Amino acid sequence: MHCKVAEFTAHAGYQQVKTLMNMTPPLRDERATMNTSTTQRGALSIRNVTKIYDPEGVNVMAVDNCSMEIAAGEVCMIVGPSGCGKTTLLNAIAGFHSITHGEIFLDDALLCGPSKPKAEQAAERMVVFQHGALFPWKTLAENVAYGPTVQKTLRKKQALEKARDMLSESGLGNVVDKYPGEVSSGMARRAEIVRALINDPKVLLLDEPYRAMDALTKSIMHESLLETYDRTKVTIFFITHDLEEAIFLGDKVHVVTTRPCQLKKTVSVDIPRPRSYETQSSEQFRLLMDEVNEAVHEEAIKAFQAGEREMA
Amino acid sequence: MATQYAGGTTGHRIEAPTGLALLIYRLKEALSTPKPYLMGFGVFLWLFTYWLLCEGLKLDRFDKIPGPVAIAKEWFSYEPFQGISFFTAEYYDHILASCRRIAIAFAIATGVGVPLGLFMGWSDKIRQYIFPILETLRPIPPLAWVPLAILMFPGFEAPVIFLATLASLFVTTLNTMLGVQSIDEEYFRAAGCLGSSKWDIFKNVVVPGALPYIFTGLQISIGVAWFSLVAAEMVSGDLGLGYLIVDAYMNNVTVPMVIGMITLGFVGWFTSVIVRVIGNRLMQWQVKELALQGR
Repeated sequence: MHCKVAEFTAHAGYQQVKTLMNMTPPLRDERATMNTSTTQRGALSIRNVTKIYDPEGVNVMAVDNCSMEIAAGEVCMIVGPSGCGKTTLLNAIAGFHSITHGEIFLDDALLCGPSKPKAEQAAERMVVFQHGALFPWKTLAENVAYGPTVQKTLRKKQALEKARDMLSESGLGNVVDKYPGEVSSGMARRAEIVRALINDPKVLLLDEPYRAMDALTKSIMHESLLETYDRTKVTIFFITHDLEEAIFLGDKVHVVTTRPCQLKKTVSVDIPRPRSYETQSSEQFRLLMDEVNEAVHEEAIKAFQAGEREMA
Repeated sequence: MATQYAGGTTGHRIEAPTGLALLIYRLKEALSTPKPYLMGFGVFLWLFTYWLLCEGLKLDRFDKIPGPVAIAKEWFSYEPFQGISFFTAEYYDHILASCRRIAIAFAIATGVGVPLGLFMGWSDKIRQYIFPILETLRPIPPLAWVPLAILMFPGFEAPVIFLATLASLFVTTLNTMLGVQSIDEEYFRAAGCLGSSKWDIFKNVVVPGALPYIFTGLQISIGVAWFSLVAAEMVSGDLGLGYLIVDAYMNNVTVPMVIGMITLGFVGWFTSVIVRVIGNRLMQWQVKELALQGR
């Protein structure tokens, strides 16, 4: 699962959970078969983006003049109170929603801007959804093979083979032919990330993917995501309101304000990779937590006082 | 390869039984619950009440209704007094005629209704073209269509099939449409992200996503088809279970009437089981998911 297997095993609790989830870390040499992108790509540039919703004639500003630079191969965590417009930003990048003003670039190519308010959906920007969106009517292998099949980059049979291999590498070898409804939420989420990665995306967009999980499963998902990142160096745009998660996973933590969403503060996390669970008890980690917490707490209070219903 | 379980000794799993062993296992499981006994007792209780009313107490109100004993005697007799039993060819002619009509009507209704519903659910434009008309025609009871059907179609067969189709079509279309609308938006988004064309989305998201609703709709629709088929056969027909009932009534023989009714019940039940079995075959993913939830 992670390079530091030895450290990982030291935590008896995690070992137990791992046993329960029936997962084995993939062997080192097998990881070499995974496609690794050597060129740095996937730099996102969000410039002065504004999004105004217009439900029933009342303008609601979800994002106000928000700018962010995300370097290629960076793990960028967006932290902010619930319903602040983080997801709106993600939807704009993914091409689910239009934006009202501003521009978003990916590797110097315009995704959306004044000339085209809504970006096209494409496999270079893969989304992993909050509640999970594996197709329940396809097995995990079929789900993963779906992307290459419909993009016609692989024949169906080859795609299925590749899907099986990739799922096995992620420790899902014995559930490849199961339906998403038959496996744990942790496994399903992991398979969903594999489904995204098989398309070799430039950016991975994650919208609070581990929100509904218990702390122990979450920790396993984090290790697994970090391991995936170390291997692929894909740019990650990760929305969360879990501060520990943000610092543990991220290179940069962008704290955004309550609605309308604006960049409030950027905290660089210079904890070296690969990171393991011991990182979380270090002094450096604690100081970073304090720094982020201070910025977020203010916004949380504002959001609470505004009393708006969470848009989830 | 991560094919081995990491659990060590505790990870051992017992192979699940298959085939005959599975059948026996299930039977044993079923017999160990109170369910089958309650069912048996329930059936007995109802039959006993029926017998008591018609034959035991001989109440005035029920003196024209044949009791269970009289019906059973007639149904299993080689030379039925009132003309219909398991051993007369006529009985099966009626059943076959009705089943054939249902098969045709149900096939047409499904063949038209499912695609129509899928497109109506998928495209706002198509829905707006069709929905108002559909909603106006839907509440008209099938019986109200009888005169029109007889005027429109020659013979006995076509009007009856038309009426059964009509009733079934509305249910199928509406359920299919609701099925498409019930699909979580995120599946469409995920499919879009993964680089699907419109046709890919239709094949891989719209159709399978709507299947649970479609099959719920089909089960209702086959029931409705029987309902209006029998009504139509009573008005216009020369054969079929509906005709059998009305014909017996006209000729003042009561036993074939009740035999026709009970037969309808069983045949109708059987057809809806077939639909359910096909549905479960096509939706293994849902069957397995529900099984894990203990349903």
